[in-house]
Amino acid sequence: MVPVTYYFALAAILFTLGALGVLIRRNAIIVFMSIELMLNAANLLFVAFARSFEHLDGQIFVFFVIAVAAAEVAVGLALIVAIFRSKQSIDIDELSSLKG
Amino acid sequence: MFSPFIEGAEAAQGFFALVPWIVFLPLIGMLLNILIGKRLSENGIAIIAISASALTFVVSALQWFSLNANHEGAVVHFAEWIGIGALNIPWAFRVDTLSVTMMLVVSGVGTLIHIYAAGYMHYDVRYKGDPPSYQRFFIYLNLFIGAMMILISGDSYLMLFVGWEGVGLCSFLLIGFWFSKNPDGTTGTENSQAAKKAFVANRVGDFGMLLAMFLIFWAVGSLSFDDVFAHAENIAPGVVLAVSLLFLLGVAGKSAQLPLYVWLPDAMAGPTPVSALIHAATMVTAGVYLVARSAPLFAAAPVAQETVAIVGALTALFAATIAVAQSDIKKVLAYSTISQLGFMVAAVGMGAFVAGMFHLVTHAFFKALLFLGSGSVILALERAHHPLGKDDDHADDHGGGDHSFDPQDMAVMGGLRKQIPATFRVYLIGAIALAGLPPLAGFFSKDEILTDALHESTLVYTLLTIAAALTAFYMGRQVLLVFFGKPRSKAAKKAVESPPTMIWPLIVLAGLSILGGLLNFPGLHPLTNWLEHTLGHEFAHATDFNIVVATTSTLLAVAAIYLAWTLYGREPLKEGDPDPLKARLGRAFTGMQNKWYVDEFYAWLIIRPYQRFAAFLADVVDWRFWHDWFHDSVLAAGFRGFARFLADPVDLGVIDGIANGLAKGTKNLSGSMSKLQTGFVRNYALMVFFGVVTMLGYLIFFS
Repeated sequence: MVPVTYYFALAAILFTLGALGVLIRRNAIIVFMSIELMLNAANLLFVAFARSFEHLDGQIFVFFVIAVAAAEVAVGLALIVAIFRSKQSIDIDELSSLKG
Repeated sequence: MFSPFIEGAEAAQGFFALVPWIVFLPLIGMLLNILIGKRLSENGIAIIAISASALTFVVSALQWFSLNANHEGAVVHFAEWIGIGALNIPWAFRVDTLSVTMMLVVSGVGTLIHIYAAGYMHYDVRYKGDPPSYQRFFIYLNLFIGAMMILISGDSYLMLFVGWEGVGLCSFLLIGFWFSKNPDGTTGTENSQAAKKAFVANRVGDFGMLLAMFLIFWAVGSLSFDDVFAHAENIAPGVVLAVSLLFLLGVAGKSAQLPLYVWLPDAMAGPTPVSALIHAATMVTAGVYLVARSAPLFAAAPVAQETVAIVGALTALFAATIAVAQSDIKKVLAYSTISQLGFMVAAVGMGAFVAGMFHLVTHAFFKALLFLGSGSVILALERAHHPLGKDDDHADDHGGGDHSFDPQDMAVMGGLRKQIPATFRVYLIGAIALAGLPPLAGFFSKDEILTDALHESTLVYTLLTIAAALTAFYMGRQVLLVFFGKPRSKAAKKAVESPPTMIWPLIVLAGLSILGGLLNFPGLHPLTNWLEHTLGHEFAHATDFNIVVATTSTLLAVAAIYLAWTLYGREPLKEGDPDPLKARLGRAFTGMQNKWYVDEFYAWLIIRPYQRFAAFLADVVDWRFWHDWFHDSVLAAGFRGFARFLADPVDLGVIDGIANGLAKGTKNLSGSMSKLQTGFVRNYALMVFFGVVTMLGYLIFFS
């Protein structure tokens, strides 16, 4: 049995990768995928801990997270399409009209 | 509330309860004339005023009737008036022999003068070109009767003072009756100046009255006559002396004694009935009444009594010398009045209260007669000079005519006994009464004063005897100048006798002047006995007839009249002749003619320094200091400076600073905050990330 520490490490790596992706990349699709990466890092931890503690709550929670993520993707992609229509670009650095 | 009740059950059967009407009847007459006088004819106005005065006389006579049955008199409380702490002064009427004597004289002579004035003013208002003033005249006249009644019926010094001021006001109003004219009828301010002079001179006396009342209240704690006289002997001698001397100041003002007499001659600017009523018969005798009323106070201060007697005697002589050289018929009578008032004041000063009151009464008769007679003479000349048209109500304004003619100047008269015989006869009676020839009224009253003076003080007796001789001389001179000889002007040739409304009161007064001596006939002394009920035996003793005094004064009077005849009668004055006395007396005559320059002396001593002082105050202190310097430099500049201070440092600096600082601070803060809004989504995400890390770190490591 793979110790939970490994899952934890993997989840940490995945989350870090996702976070860095959100902070560094300019392409809106990539940013979006990075967010999914972080969500899945969390899901992985839920499932790992659920198994380790032999408790189903974590697994059930993952379903909720996946459902919410699906909804988020639907809304998010719609937003990105709308942004592209108005700006002809999905570079998020160009979305700075609220700049002070 | 105003229901009068009587103190003392035994007085209830008399007419004493009616006494408030002596004040209210004239006031009702006045109000009627004020309210409906405009719609009435002259006769209607005169009837209202005369009825008011006559009814007052009837009420006074009823008081006299009741007093005969009940000599004690009564104090009739009418209403509460002042109640402050220890000061409690009701409006009370005092009915006793002294006040009723005054009431009878004032209302009696007053009524006769009202009747006379009804005729006289008819012409006067037309000569002055202002017929509506007829109504105003009778309003003032009734007001005067009311005020005089308050004066003599008051039960306390304060009530007396109310009347005292009231008659002063009426005197002012009536002296300045033709306030827009000069005495000669031209437009000017001399009449109102004379009114002002009377008011100011009286103010000096009133100041003494007020101080005296304050002192009395301080010493006794009450101003009612009974309280004050009951304590008169317990008051410290210095206080009584001060009170008496301050009263003397009031007397000198109101009764025209030295040194305040100067207003009375000028008061002749008023219409002649006013001169007769106020400035001869009634108001000016208020001072004599005050001293007689305050007999217990003066008796407690012998020094004050002597001062009063000497002031009176000096005034009597001083004014008599001036009267000798006056050429204005009314001025002679004015100075004669001052002189006769001096007799009365001297008498009451010597403690001869009855003699003073006696002379007051007889003088009221014959001096009213003389003044009214002079009014008749003046009117006779005026009417001859400019006859009024047939339609009297639309007389021309005579103000623009010939002003060189002065109907009061004795130089333009002469020979009037033929033109106006009725006036001449009554005037002669008045003059003889004043000159003091027996058996007319003036002889007895003056003689009683002289007899008392002989007992009290040789100085006063001498002064008064000389004054009495001068009186006979100037009255002889006046009668000879006015009625004898040849007319000295066209007007005098055509002089017109006055109407019966004017002659009848004169005849009544002439009768009183003849019979007035019976009032206190030697040996019988009805007036002494009458006043004794009020004054007490101590102050009302009968004076025996002194044949030496009587003979001396009569001989002197006859000699003076003979002297007057040698000067003015033997060779009557021709038109344009100077006064024959001028050649004999030279400079002394000029002095007398110019009233011994007293007015000029007062002008030099008081008026001009006062005016200079007032000019100094007005120009330097008020204008230059207050207006220019203080106002501009201190007030205006100070205010401007303060306003600038408020505007610049305070408003712009502090208030605006706070508002602007808040705005600027907010702006700066928001400016720097807005820099945080980079618009890069990744920056926001990083902040969220750090925020989450911080919060989680806190939760994990610190909680």
